Amino acid sequence: MKLEGQVRIPSGCAIAAAISREGRRFNGEKIAAAMRPMRERSNGLGGGFAGYGIYPEYKDFFALHMFFESRDARKSCESYLKERFEIVQSEIMPTRKIPEITDEPIIWRYFVAPHRSALRSLQVDENEFVVRVATKINAETNGAHIFSCGKNMGAFKAVGYPEDVARFYRLEEYEGYSWIAHGRYPTNTPGWWGGAHPFALLDRAVVHNGEISSYDANRRCVEMFGYKCSLMTDTEVITYIMDRLLRVQGLTLTEVAQIVAAPFWSTIDAIDDPEERERLKYLRTAFSSLLITGPFSIILGFNGGLMALNDRLKLRSSVVGEKGDAVYIASEEAAIRAMEENVENVWAPAGGEPVIVYAKEGGR
Amino acid sequence: MGADFLYPEFEVVRNPNRCVNCRICERQCSNGVHGWDAKTKTMTQDDAKCVDCQRCVAMCPTRALKIVKSDCVFRENANWSNDAIREIHKQASTGGALLSSMGNPTTAPIYWDRLLINASQVTNPPVDPLREPMETRVFLGKKPNRIERGPDGKIVPKLEPQLELSVPIMFAAMSYGSISLNAHAALARAATELGILYNTGEGGLREDFYQYGPNTVVQVASGRFGVHEDYLRAGVAIEIKMGQGAKPGIGGHLPGEKIVGDVAKTRMIPEGADAVSPAPHHDIYSIEDLRQLVLSLKEATEYRKPIIVKVAAVHNIAAIASGIARSGADVIAIDGWRGGTGAAPTRIRDNVGIPVELALAAVDQRLRDEGIRNDVSLIVGGSVRSASDLVKAIALGADACYIGTATLIALGCRMCRTCRSGKCNWGIATQRPELVERLDPEIGRKRLVNLVSAWKLELAEMMGGMGINSVEALRGNRLMLRGVGLTEKELEVLGVSCAGE
Repeated sequence: MKLEGQVRIPSGCAIAAAISREGRRFNGEKIAAAMRPMRERSNGLGGGFAGYGIYPEYKDFFALHMFFESRDARKSCESYLKERFEIVQSEIMPTRKIPEITDEPIIWRYFVAPHRSALRSLQVDENEFVVRVATKINAETNGAHIFSCGKNMGAFKAVGYPEDVARFYRLEEYEGYSWIAHGRYPTNTPGWWGGAHPFALLDRAVVHNGEISSYDANRRCVEMFGYKCSLMTDTEVITYIMDRLLRVQGLTLTEVAQIVAAPFWSTIDAIDDPEERERLKYLRTAFSSLLITGPFSIILGFNGGLMALNDRLKLRSSVVGEKGDAVYIASEEAAIRAMEENVENVWAPAGGEPVIVYAKEGGR
Repeated sequence: MGADFLYPEFEVVRNPNRCVNCRICERQCSNGVHGWDAKTKTMTQDDAKCVDCQRCVAMCPTRALKIVKSDCVFRENANWSNDAIREIHKQASTGGALLSSMGNPTTAPIYWDRLLINASQVTNPPVDPLREPMETRVFLGKKPNRIERGPDGKIVPKLEPQLELSVPIMFAAMSYGSISLNAHAALARAATELGILYNTGEGGLREDFYQYGPNTVVQVASGRFGVHEDYLRAGVAIEIKMGQGAKPGIGGHLPGEKIVGDVAKTRMIPEGADAVSPAPHHDIYSIEDLRQLVLSLKEATEYRKPIIVKVAAVHNIAAIASGIARSGADVIAIDGWRGGTGAAPTRIRDNVGIPVELALAAVDQRLRDEGIRNDVSLIVGGSVRSASDLVKAIALGADACYIGTATLIALGCRMCRTCRSGKCNWGIATQRPELVERLDPEIGRKRLVNLVSAWKLELAEMMGGMGINSVEALRGNRLMLRGVGLTEKELEVLGVSCAGE
């Protein structure tokens, strides 16, 4: 049977997020609770989380979360990393042995800073440098996989139900101001940990429910710019699109939403303001290969906030609710009520309508 | 008679019980097949002159006529086919190179037919084109690699010149001269109504056609027939014709019989003279020369019009396309081995060049490997026969398709493949006024609009089946294709997986 990355595996899913606009940090139990009522949406073949603001003591360092197939793979990868980074902390990822999660790879965590000399010689900034290293390691079949590489954030994922994954990674011991979560229902899987979601690059992590029909058009476009879609999943290509548009092109979240879930031409044509009409036409034309079609409901986490977005036909559910300074997003209202019983202002965003929430911590 | 005699290829079968001697067939046939014997008061016929254009069949009011393939053939031989023997006889008798019309008719592989299209089941939903918006609009031209913002932080929505198409179909280049004025009028009017583009070919453009400018591509070919400043400004884009799929390596050839009156004037050449375009552009012997012509044409039109460079699909097409993409051109048009023509040497038509499906796949991939796919759009043609060919072309990586032969069929053509004779009974590939007037440009317009509208509907249905509601998400989406009956190498070049994989 082929491994994920050698074959494309579509999957259905559950997603959820919780964020404090005030930058208040809370532990991972709440987001884990959100996943419990959505157990039907997963099948135990993948679950994961990402937390923001969880590593304040290392906030200036990139936190690399890695899977290794073997001790040798770790040793050789570590020497590769040492040539490129100053490693300020290297440790085994704290986990809890539970019967629901088995066959785990070696899971390791590094806090690193790129060597200045390496940046100078490649003439790139530290973000681009980390992207290149992560792309290279993940594209090669060397038994090493970087599944999280942002600052002051981290992704945690495994083969299992999401609530078990949370217990496995001891998420109750982490405090973050923003969390996103994912439960996976792959239609066919060899059970590969790297294939679980979120998919993360730098501080951007994406959880996604859907199966996009534009996948190969999107993949072949981003691969022109150095990305390697080694997992062949929607989430991976969406993360690369986000990185390309937000980091490299410097577009705003709203502009990105107007590209990937672009308004229909009929909508654009009917806009009275000529400047706005031209702007939307420009975005659709200039980035036409990054339009995403087919069902998707995504939550993009990043340092300082998150964005939820649906495909323009709204072929996947997504609900938003608020309570005080907290905003909750999930595939189902039940998941939101599991996080906050007395949630207010519950609403379902329209297709293509981005919901953008900023937190004070690291916000803009 | 004797060694030169070849039994007619077709026989006209007249049903005497139905024939009423109305002599319509006689008047309709420009080849002089049908005659009238006044003494016996019966219809006569000369089968040897019949080209199987079926004009008489279509016009016979009593359905008394049919054309059948003659069964008087040479002794069966799997190696020496009937055509091969006939062609040798023709050449032995005349000493000439064989000429043919329309695209390569041989049984060589048609890759479109070996590609199958995907549809959604269970894990994601098909989109219902009857109930949901389905977008087929495309823009051809360079796409920016970097956005620009003004001092106020707003995006500067400045794009290089783009061509907007309501559906990713364009009418391929067919010159005034090779086809009739009425055929041209039908194409121009249909393109205008449909919101797509037609192409002048290399025959220049009459001033009374300038009104269709917003839907016109003007062509500059190696003969530079009819090229002048106003002509260059008349359309929305300029196409430099470097080659043609039906005859890579040689220029266009319009026989003197078709260069009459107005055609000569529009081409700016003497009447009756053969219009033979040089094989190369004599100002383009290399890629850097192409760049100069591209930029000269841009200068002449104030950088307002995209430049299309049309090339025939030949062996090294990927590298050639890469060169063109770096020449300043905005669009590359690739014309395949099966592309149509008014007249081409038979041996060249059937043996030179490569199938457009393989050329397209190779070019799209090469441009992506080099990171320059966004610098150009890709149009392919030769031959796109249906909406499913169109879907497959787009999924392989085309931005749009040229259709030529399909438009002529829509105008009435029966594919008798004798365009070069100038005696087209359907009023399409002829300049004889009495034949041209048989093609009503208004009816032609309507039939072309019908054709493209039907394809658009079918495109939307297939896109919907795949769960795609905008054609740009289909472009280059090769996961939507699978191959059947192809070798591993062919699949590799096409960049698609085998059915079942």
